[in-house]
Amino acid sequence: MSVGNPKAATGKNSTGRRTQHAAQLPSRVPVAKTPKVYVGGEFIRSESGRTYPINTDDGTFFANIPQCTRKDLRNAVEAAAKAGSSWARRTPYNRAQIVYRLAEMLESRSDEMARAIAKPGASSLNDARNEVAAAVDRLIYYAGWADKFEQVLGNTNPVSGPFFNFTVVEPVGIVGVIVDDSSPLLALISQVAPVIVSGNAVVVLASETHPYPAIVLGEMLATSDLPGGVVNIITGQRKELVPTFATHTHIRGLDAVVVAAEKKELALGAADSVKRLRARSSEKEIDWFAESAQSVYEIRNFIEFKTTWHPIGA
Amino acid sequence: MMQSRRTSSLDRFIADVGPVDQVGIEERAAKFTTRSIKKGSKLWGLKTAVSMVDLTTLEGKDTPGKIASLCQKARAPSSDPEVPSVAAVCIYPFLVKHARKLLADTSIKVASVATSFPSGQLPLKLRLQEVRQAVSDGADEVDMVINRGLFLSGELDAVQDEIAAVVEACGESTLKVILEVSELETYDNIRAASMLAMRVLRADDFIKTSTGKASGSATLANTQVMLEAIRDFYLATGTPIGMKPAGGIRTAKQALHYLVAVKETLGDAWLNNTRYRFGASALLNDLLRQIEKQKTGAYQAPYYFSEASASY
Amino acid sequence: MSVTTKAAPKARKKTQAATTDRVPELIFGDLWEFDPAPESADPKIKPQYELFIGGKFVEPESGKYFDSINPATEKKISRIALASAADVARAYEAAQKAFDTTWGRMPGRERGKYVYRIARLIQDRAREFAVAETVDGGKPIKESRDFDVPMTAAHFFYHAGWADKLDYAIPGRPTEPLGVVGQVIPWNFPLLMLAWKIAPAISTGNCVVLKPAETTSVTALKFAELLQEADLPPGVVNFVTGAGETGAAVMANDIASKVAFTGSTEVGKLIMRSLAGSDKKMTMELGGKAANIVFDDAPLDQAVEGVVNGIFFNQGHVCCAGSRLLVQESIATEFVEKLKRRISVLRVGDPMDKNTDIGAINSRAQLEKIEELVQSGVEQGAKMFQPSCRLPGAGFFYRPTIFTGVTQSHRIATEEIFGPVLSVLTFRTLEEAVEKANNTAYGLSAGVWTDKGSRILKMSTELKAGVVWANTFNKFDPSSPFGGYKESGFGREGGRQGLLDYVRLT
Repeated sequence: MSVGNPKAATGKNSTGRRTQHAAQLPSRVPVAKTPKVYVGGEFIRSESGRTYPINTDDGTFFANIPQCTRKDLRNAVEAAAKAGSSWARRTPYNRAQIVYRLAEMLESRSDEMARAIAKPGASSLNDARNEVAAAVDRLIYYAGWADKFEQVLGNTNPVSGPFFNFTVVEPVGIVGVIVDDSSPLLALISQVAPVIVSGNAVVVLASETHPYPAIVLGEMLATSDLPGGVVNIITGQRKELVPTFATHTHIRGLDAVVVAAEKKELALGAADSVKRLRARSSEKEIDWFAESAQSVYEIRNFIEFKTTWHPIGA
Repeated sequence: MMQSRRTSSLDRFIADVGPVDQVGIEERAAKFTTRSIKKGSKLWGLKTAVSMVDLTTLEGKDTPGKIASLCQKARAPSSDPEVPSVAAVCIYPFLVKHARKLLADTSIKVASVATSFPSGQLPLKLRLQEVRQAVSDGADEVDMVINRGLFLSGELDAVQDEIAAVVEACGESTLKVILEVSELETYDNIRAASMLAMRVLRADDFIKTSTGKASGSATLANTQVMLEAIRDFYLATGTPIGMKPAGGIRTAKQALHYLVAVKETLGDAWLNNTRYRFGASALLNDLLRQIEKQKTGAYQAPYYFSEASASY
Repeated sequence: MSVTTKAAPKARKKTQAATTDRVPELIFGDLWEFDPAPESADPKIKPQYELFIGGKFVEPESGKYFDSINPATEKKISRIALASAADVARAYEAAQKAFDTTWGRMPGRERGKYVYRIARLIQDRAREFAVAETVDGGKPIKESRDFDVPMTAAHFFYHAGWADKLDYAIPGRPTEPLGVVGQVIPWNFPLLMLAWKIAPAISTGNCVVLKPAETTSVTALKFAELLQEADLPPGVVNFVTGAGETGAAVMANDIASKVAFTGSTEVGKLIMRSLAGSDKKMTMELGGKAANIVFDDAPLDQAVEGVVNGIFFNQGHVCCAGSRLLVQESIATEFVEKLKRRISVLRVGDPMDKNTDIGAINSRAQLEKIEELVQSGVEQGAKMFQPSCRLPGAGFFYRPTIFTGVTQSHRIATEEIFGPVLSVLTFRTLEEAVEKANNTAYGLSAGVWTDKGSRILKMSTELKAGVVWANTFNKFDPSSPFGGYKESGFGREGGRQGLLDYVRLT
């Protein structure tokens, strides 16, 4: 972590001894940041008070990450429910601008984010910079879709009869996102952005092995125009949280990159409340940088089509 | 006070009596046409339809001679004694006296169009005079037209006052109020006009769709709007109003569909000629033709029936 | 307004009120009874049907058969082969072979021609299929003739045209067919559900193994004969008949890259569970408990008609049936009276009679389920109304039934009855109507009746349902996507939206 400017800490006192002694001390003790998760627009620790440590790439201690529990997940779902309906009612133009603003925030703090990826060892700093850039571009891509995808996916239907019939799109509601461990920031953005542009609210379980970029992203979200509760990011262990993602009936959709056993568990839980499940295997590497990783059909995964009929008469 | 729009009183009246959805009412009407009336029920329907016919001639060239043959046809539509006579003859006022004499010994009513039929565009005083003349000449029934122009411009009080005045002029004769539905343009207006008229009518007076002189005439759908208005009015007030679709009903099959609508909307108490009439001329021959077919099992050539529409 | 209160003129001898001393009521009696009008076309049903696998009718390996009865007479109409898991596996192999050798390689424009051919052949034999559908399933001939069969043909015709135009349906990404698709359909619209499943599947280049419902297999097997006439390449469509076990085998087979199911939410969940961990794509079209919401400014008689059509169409055996009527308090009494009069002229009886409005309940089991739920309504204190119509002596029949005084907690207000039973609830405000309508795990369809345009769009936006019928109900069209929110399932059938569920993005 940043230690500040060492020069600024150099003593200029007259006694050499004292100066020498002072040089062995840190001129300023750096302030470490306590990682907190971002839920309902607030930064919180796990209700359980538990954390798990993560290290830097050289193996030294880096930070304690909140080890969120099923109760934290429940609270996050409630936060999403609270924020979701007004998010869905915002105009698509407004959602587009907010997601675009998020891209601006990320771009302006891309150094910070690149270090947040690289330092705890998710990738080299160079790769991390590429990942941040790709994440910014991805946000801009989906920001652009917000007020267009309905024009591509919905339509009027030429029914045989004196009826005006049209199909519109609506968000499914609360969507759970379980993020891939590879490219932890880009994966998160690629999984979350298409879900929220249509008006869904999400509860995101950050990569268990590389949670730190998600923690920093939460801080950026807080200063973006995204209303609190639309994107809720929790950290913790999949083993502990996947069962609740699976069975919580208010979560209407799941986008998960997980191993086979988790996939099955999510599917079993999804069956109980007929949840929309999109589970991809984490065992097969996903190229999040690829052109094919972004598409209007990613948005389509978590929308409902509503078709309305009305007679044409006088 | 805000200046009201020209037709706002009509809009308010429609809101008061309830709107009608065009597609819905036309779907409902189409369902009647899927009823399949066979055998005995068909024969009953055909004969009942004959008894409901207002045998009509409303031509500029009508003469006492034409009326005589019409009255003969009305008395004995068929040589078959089981076939009833029609309900009424419907003619111009000038010829009422002739028909009255020819039908004096029957229960067949003499109906006269009046009130400056078919346009209604004469001063009220003259129209009322026409009604009184027809009644005094022996008309049992008077078929009046409403002032559609007044109605559409929202002068509902005036329209209703005119109907009320004609009711008075009718004395004991039955009144049939022609709404001329095709000129009312919407089903909303047809329902509103039906309600407007019924509120000043007496039990067993009628509302009627059309003059037969305008571009449109009775359809199952506009008749259904009126049947439903009659039903709602009866259930609210206890006053039964009769129904007369007129114009455009030419075949026995159509007539049966109209009667199915009556059966399923107003019920058994309207399946008789004090509460239901067909204003028609060509219909009678097709009814007779189909009755003969039902009895003999053989399809009938049209020329067996007098005044057949097709002569080849 | 003065016109609404104006008194009738005084000076006249006729009186306005003919009957002032009693409450006026209409008489729906037997003055004009309709004679039976039976449909006489020959349904050409064979005494025995085999499985349809690889373009041929083949005997089941077990040699077992089950009877199909006419629910209106309880008489046996045919014997149907019972497919075992081995038969299902054979069918899948035939489908895979067809996919690999013919269908999967054929250009869309050629596939489309076959599908058009199927549509035309159905139209040619429409009456025969309608009669067979009625004999097998108990629905009124009027409905099978005017709705099921023409709509079946329309679905094939519509989808045929998409076969070579998928790039326009799914812009921006090339697609390919999934391969072999397993499908299980219900008994309420046997032919139409078959069309909803098969038409999009084969038009997009997939091959199909389909299991009809065990009480209604006949028209699927007649349809198989028609596929032979159409010269559809062998194995593109295969029918395996049987009950739940056969269905489970269809859903579970490894060859299936996708399964599509229409049926109850309960069974849908079982299927989802059984497929947990597999990579099969799924679409589910499950149950419903639709609210039909009538505001006080609605065109009431058309609303009555829509409510009647909403719940009594096909004996109420409709997943999107408007089984909950939500009527605004100010018109509730008047509306229910209108409804009662309307159902008094519904004709319940012989499905083959052209005048029958409500035919036979599909099976004894379903009849018992309806009776049980109606009994619960009575026991929980709701008020029941049934018209006094005569019912045939034999067969499974049930009178149209209306419950008033129903509350949200009654079983009849929450459980899908799948029969001609309407629960009436009331509301005061739009918000209350929305809240009550959405207070269900289902979300398949909803109805709104009001004369105010902006309110229609408001309601349409608020209601959590895949199909919203405004000032109409139970309308269907091949171009109009159908499918549910929440526990009513996922995926859409019909329209452009239905196509993507049968292809893979490449």
